[in-house]
Amino acid sequence: MNRETQVLKTDAVTVEAEAAEAPPQPQRQLLALTGNEAVAEAIRQIDPHVCAAYPITPTTQIMQEVAQFIADGRMRAELVPCESEHSAMSACVGAGAAGARVMTATSANGLALMWEVLYIASGMRLPIVMAVGNRALSGPLNIHCDHSDSMGARDSGWIQFYAESVQEAYDNILQAVRIGEHPDVLLPVMCCMDGFLTTHTSENAEILDDAEVRDFLGKYRARYSLLDVDNPVTFGATDLPNAYTEHKYQQVEAMKKADAVIRAVCVEFGAKFGREHGMLEAYCMEDADTAIVVLSSTAGSVADMVDTLRAEGRKVGLLRPRVFRPFPAADVRAALQDLTAVTVLDRSHSFGADGGPLFTEVRTALFDAPHRPRVLGRVYGLGGRAITGGEIRALYDEMETDTAPTFRFVGVRE
Amino acid sequence: MIDVINEGWETLPIGGVIPEGGTSAAYKTGDWRGGGKRPLLNHSACVHCLHCWISCPDSAIEIQESKMLGFIYDHCKGCGICANECPPLVKAITMIAEEQFETTL
Ligand code: SF4
Ligand code: SF4
Repeated sequence: MNRETQVLKTDAVTVEAEAAEAPPQPQRQLLALTGNEAVAEAIRQIDPHVCAAYPITPTTQIMQEVAQFIADGRMRAELVPCESEHSAMSACVGAGAAGARVMTATSANGLALMWEVLYIASGMRLPIVMAVGNRALSGPLNIHCDHSDSMGARDSGWIQFYAESVQEAYDNILQAVRIGEHPDVLLPVMCCMDGFLTTHTSENAEILDDAEVRDFLGKYRARYSLLDVDNPVTFGATDLPNAYTEHKYQQVEAMKKADAVIRAVCVEFGAKFGREHGMLEAYCMEDADTAIVVLSSTAGSVADMVDTLRAEGRKVGLLRPRVFRPFPAADVRAALQDLTAVTVLDRSHSFGADGGPLFTEVRTALFDAPHRPRVLGRVYGLGGRAITGGEIRALYDEMETDTAPTFRFVGVRE
Repeated sequence: MIDVINEGWETLPIGGVIPEGGTSAAYKTGDWRGGGKRPLLNHSACVHCLHCWISCPDSAIEIQESKMLGFIYDHCKGCGICANECPPLVKAITMIAEEQFETTL
């Protein structure tokens, strides 16, 4: 993410004589880390009560590092190695119902095996935080990046973040804990990063001081706990037609409130640590005629092409939603309504639908706008296929024609 | 106790949590009695061995000072286990058709 300069505020040099009075300087470190390493580092600093997990490429390394941290005495978390992802998420739900702060990590088919329990976690309002390394769902068997795993889970009642960089993957995990545990929210949070492209790629990332992470997070006090014997509660009882609708509506309201809480936590994070992430990131959008909307790491390649095209005098921009659930529809509408054409890039497809999930979401957001641009949907990058600069340039070029089809796959061989 | 039927979404406890204990006493599972039969006790035959009490899956046998008193029809699901477990030489419990009783619970 070289288009935003990141200011390193580490000041490791302290004067001995002043050390007694001056508050300790936060020891921040700029490190070259992969996405997995940065997320593991965040989990170490959060030190949740329980991690329950099952390994899967490309996120195995996260819990492997957590296990190492625990073995080295650097974390106190109870790590539960499970026999499947279904069991892992079930153990997370059990620990969450007991009142614990809980974290896990998975990918692709692992996420798919958790499916049933994803809905139980959100329906029981347990703020579990899960790192997801986005990877194509089999079959055919493929371990590389696309968003078919987490996009399939977009209706499961989890908040969803999509990180562009290693730094953001780290920051998102820290923020997710605060957001999920907020009393107005109490929802689980999925922090997605691109498999291999981010999970396994080393980038510079600033790791905060352990103490300032602790202060930022505070203590978690669950609203209900199975271990609170003075206030006995039942989790998971049958919910009949006379109350199920109300419980689902509570989730609707919690998602709405999550929008405001995410914004507030982003501002606080920015003020404290110097990096403010919003619901979405707009690049060169002020006077843009056309724009590409895309999630996660591909935004870096698109931004690079925006720079190239801007140098050629073309008014092009980029919009990257960072949060997909709750979807920031009003912000997307405000950012795009005055353009002439918009291309939405989806790294997964909804088979049988008019286009990919991001495309349908963006189009819906624009429907109520007084003026709306032409909205094109393009599916790209499935199973880890790279999208080239030339292909991105062609996407901007075709927005200036009248003949571009509303929907097509990028780079599919004829 | 939470009034699940009338409580609005704003005040109903989130996540389907039941934030208090012992609520099953107030939940009348007797209206699940779908087999068309309910148990009836022959008081003079009963030897108070309490086999029925220990076998009933719904705590629907009412006892006092180790004496079998009868059935709590608000909770009895009519499974007939008590009638089956009552010793063969006693057989103090008979499953009787619902329509022979005046109330449904
Ligand atoms: S019929 Fe079944 S539920 Fe009813 S009292 Fe007998 S054992 Fe209990
Ligand atoms: S099992 Fe039969 S004899 Fe024994 S207490 Fe019950 S009704 Fe009476």
